[in-house]
Amino acid sequence: MTDITAGGVSAPLRRVEFDTPAAKARLRGRYRSEARFKSYGIIALCIAATFLIALLASIFSRGIPGFFQHYLVTEVLVDAAKIDPQGKGDAATLRAGDYTAVARAALAEAVPGVEGRQMKKELNSLLSSGAGDALREQVIANPSLVGQRIKVPLLLADEADLFLKDSGTKLLVLSETRGIATPSAKTGEITILVGANDFADDIAVVKAELKALAASIDETVALRKERGATPESLDSLVKEAVELRRRYDAAATSETLDSKTASRLVAINGGIVKIKEMSPTSVKGEVILPLKSTDDAAPGTWGIRVYETPESNRNLNDLGVTFLEELKAKGLVESQFNFAFFTRGDSREAELAGIQGALVGSILTLLVTIGLCLPIGVLAAIYLEEFAPKNWITELIEININNLAAVPSIVFGLLGLAVFLNFFGMPRSAPLVGGLVLALLVLPTIIIASRAALKSVPPSIREAALGVGASKQQAVFHHVLPLAMPGIMTGTIIGMAHALGETAPLLMIGMVAFIVDVPSTLSQSATVLPVQIFLWSDLPEPAFKMKTAAAIMVLLAVLFVMNGLAIWLRKKFERRW
Amino acid sequence: MAGWYALVVVALMLAGFALARGRAQSIAGGDYAGMHSLPSYHGLYTASLAFIPALLTFLIGSQIAGYLATHSAVSALPNDIQSDILRQGAALREVVNIVRGGPVGSASAEIQSAAASYSSTLFAAQWITLASGVFIGLAGLSWGLSRISMNFRARNSFEKMVYVLLWICATIAVLTTIGIVFSVVGETYRFFFDPAIKGKPTVGEFLFGTDWNPQAAMRADQGEINTAYGFLPLLVGTLLITVIAILVAGPLGLFSAIYLAEYASPGVRAVAKPILEILAGIPTVVLGFFAALTVAPYVRGWGEAFGLNVASESALAAGLVMGMMIIPFISSLSDDVINAVPQSLRDGAYAMGATKSETIRQVILPAALPGIVSAFMLAISRAIGETMIVVMAAGLAANLTFNPLDAVTTITVQIKTILVGDQEFDSAKTLAAFALGFVLFFVTLVLNFIALKVVQKYREQYD
Repeated sequence: MTDITAGGVSAPLRRVEFDTPAAKARLRGRYRSEARFKSYGIIALCIAATFLIALLASIFSRGIPGFFQHYLVTEVLVDAAKIDPQGKGDAATLRAGDYTAVARAALAEAVPGVEGRQMKKELNSLLSSGAGDALREQVIANPSLVGQRIKVPLLLADEADLFLKDSGTKLLVLSETRGIATPSAKTGEITILVGANDFADDIAVVKAELKALAASIDETVALRKERGATPESLDSLVKEAVELRRRYDAAATSETLDSKTASRLVAINGGIVKIKEMSPTSVKGEVILPLKSTDDAAPGTWGIRVYETPESNRNLNDLGVTFLEELKAKGLVESQFNFAFFTRGDSREAELAGIQGALVGSILTLLVTIGLCLPIGVLAAIYLEEFAPKNWITELIEININNLAAVPSIVFGLLGLAVFLNFFGMPRSAPLVGGLVLALLVLPTIIIASRAALKSVPPSIREAALGVGASKQQAVFHHVLPLAMPGIMTGTIIGMAHALGETAPLLMIGMVAFIVDVPSTLSQSATVLPVQIFLWSDLPEPAFKMKTAAAIMVLLAVLFVMNGLAIWLRKKFERRW
Repeated sequence: MAGWYALVVVALMLAGFALARGRAQSIAGGDYAGMHSLPSYHGLYTASLAFIPALLTFLIGSQIAGYLATHSAVSALPNDIQSDILRQGAALREVVNIVRGGPVGSASAEIQSAAASYSSTLFAAQWITLASGVFIGLAGLSWGLSRISMNFRARNSFEKMVYVLLWICATIAVLTTIGIVFSVVGETYRFFFDPAIKGKPTVGEFLFGTDWNPQAAMRADQGEINTAYGFLPLLVGTLLITVIAILVAGPLGLFSAIYLAEYASPGVRAVAKPILEILAGIPTVVLGFFAALTVAPYVRGWGEAFGLNVASESALAAGLVMGMMIIPFISSLSDDVINAVPQSLRDGAYAMGATKSETIRQVILPAALPGIVSAFMLAISRAIGETMIVVMAAGLAANLTFNPLDAVTTITVQIKTILVGDQEFDSAKTLAAFALGFVLFFVTLVLNFIALKVVQKYREQYD
């Protein structure tokens, strides 16, 4: 090639050598950079996929336990004295009955021997305040149950449920054999004497805990000082550390246990005693579950249980944990799918909160949205695509639509607040207003999708219709529109999915109220699913974090179905012209 | 009442359609070819002549009825309440509550009498509206019927009405924009210039002030808390989070788009595209939850591991998740513009011996640059306007800082914080939210406009 050009062209071309080492190295370098460039794309995609997986994994791992709830499944005596003392048997009386008392009685039966006001209160707090609700429905449906013993699941409170789910405390049963132990009484404050220095090792462990605690407080103090905290604000912490050190250093023969270190309990003679004070040869403590006798317990028949997380770091105190462990040991605690999550409205109690109100609110809102923006969007698209003359008004409309598609959603919320609520005086928090705002929000999406669908219908269809004498409108409405309908529906469903996930504008028009009732009309106060998620995520109770994730799973599932439907529609009716 | 209106309107419409079509059929007597319009068009024409005036009557009438009822209730109230605009409003709310079936017990006798006059006026006015609507509808109907003849161009007349309807639907987008502009501009004007608003800043203080503290004293005993409406900390916070988001999403989105458009086999595309689409479809409230509960603790943990002092609501966490949100946005827009570059350009570069990456870097990207720039502009405008992620993961403290590890607040967070819950509509605080909304609307508008112009001006014409 170089020979030929050398002859014909006046200036001789530079010869390019392709097989010199330099050229080969250059080529290798170019191929390397090619591979590098390609790998950037793969890495970018992988990071995006990792993001998605991390998101879904985080939501699912939190959310799946949220669909389950722990129940106390036990024999319940449906006590006529508590429900229907006069024996009337009519629905109103049955509805007014004290089912909480019935549930509590069943619980007391399951954990016998709990005495004292404080203890009973702790025991009862394991049950949800709505524990009797399911029982009530059952009894109203079947009044003959009054006076009978039936097996029903009683809902546990959220702290108990959470404890059973992720077990905030590690339980340790120390099983090494110790000497003979003698309890002083069966209930109340008791002393347990042992022969040898059986608790010396335990005291050493407690002291080690105290030391570790003091060290961690020191660390906190140092960190806060570094961040510029004033010495006064750290005073109490410093004092606490000093006190802990003093307890650690003291060669005292007895050690007091408090809520800052791991809780230790003695299981002896069928009962459980919470240790309050410990010396090498004896412990003093409070009986949680009564002992069967005060006989000497032989070595190996008694032991120490340790709840490793200090009481102050738990939601459930030692009493609660002990009672729950007792119930669990008896096999009375069951985890069941929480259907009530879908049939209840919002609640301040995590175990009673459900998403039905939010779901119905979302449906009502979306009905308004689709009722407005589907006809308006399609008609607007038809005008712009088929009839609009080319003039400045049309251009203005088109620019407007494109701009609206990019306006932040919260600005639509401001519009709703200023125009719909304050100017037109529409009700706050209502699905009607929410639907209106969302309709304006997704209108550009639907117009753009519908125009694309109309554009994809080939002109031959229109021309054929016009050719046989149809008017322009007849051609469009009878022939073009039906053919564009699958595309329009796909765009509409995607727009609706967008509206379903939208939160910010609805916050502006007051759909953030705490609403227990399930809404039934368009002007009633309501909330929607994403707003409910937002509200729950703000609550401090850890049980609500689970509920939030569970509600997110429901939302994602609905969105998944909607998008799947859109894809299916597109695949089924897709037509190549 | 609305139910009655709807029933009457629908009945008039159906009656108009049936009567007119029947009449047209009998006039034609089987000779449809000789008739200008089909009988069903005569039916549609007459139906709309009955429907439209009746509907308009009801819409206007119900507004007038509401106004008259309010007026009569006000005049039934004692003079001292009438003169005080605030008490009058409260009394009217109570009246409306009673009329709608709320509890009567606690209301005073004056309120009850006002409620009685309200409901009697409303009742009378609504029935008059209904009667006049029926009358006007029937008049339209009979006029439509009288016009039916062999030569009457019912189809053309009906199509004219449909055309107007189409035009009205198309202009709703314009009306929405006007509504937005009026609601934010009007309130913003009051925020700066209404003398009745206390504690308002000047435009200069707003734009260049470095303190943002809109919380006015709620009670007298809390003393005078100085409110400040300096916009700079919010702007800096918003920009900080946006910059982080673009730093995350820009390279990731662009490289994914390049890979998908130029390298990926159909199989890879079939997997990767849906991943990006799912990411795009995840509601922002979910991303916010993820940011606050998962990403923020991670960022904090990592920072602490390196001995850095990270706020629990750091800008970095919010920005990272925001970036995650706009990856699919950038990648799908860039994918489109890269695909729009004509194949002949690629073929030319390959023919000269360029490798694929050289072609992309030196031929395709320059050709697609205007489109990519506009994609970034739109992504920035989306990041600035995003609300839920920052509401849930960024803080409320208006710190003027460029440190991504600190807590910052954004424009949208402040709008949300001010406007959620009960608010008085005449306080500087509430109006400040609208001023922020105006800034937001204006900034996004400008960004979109620039994006549009960049594409229009620098687009290479290949055909």
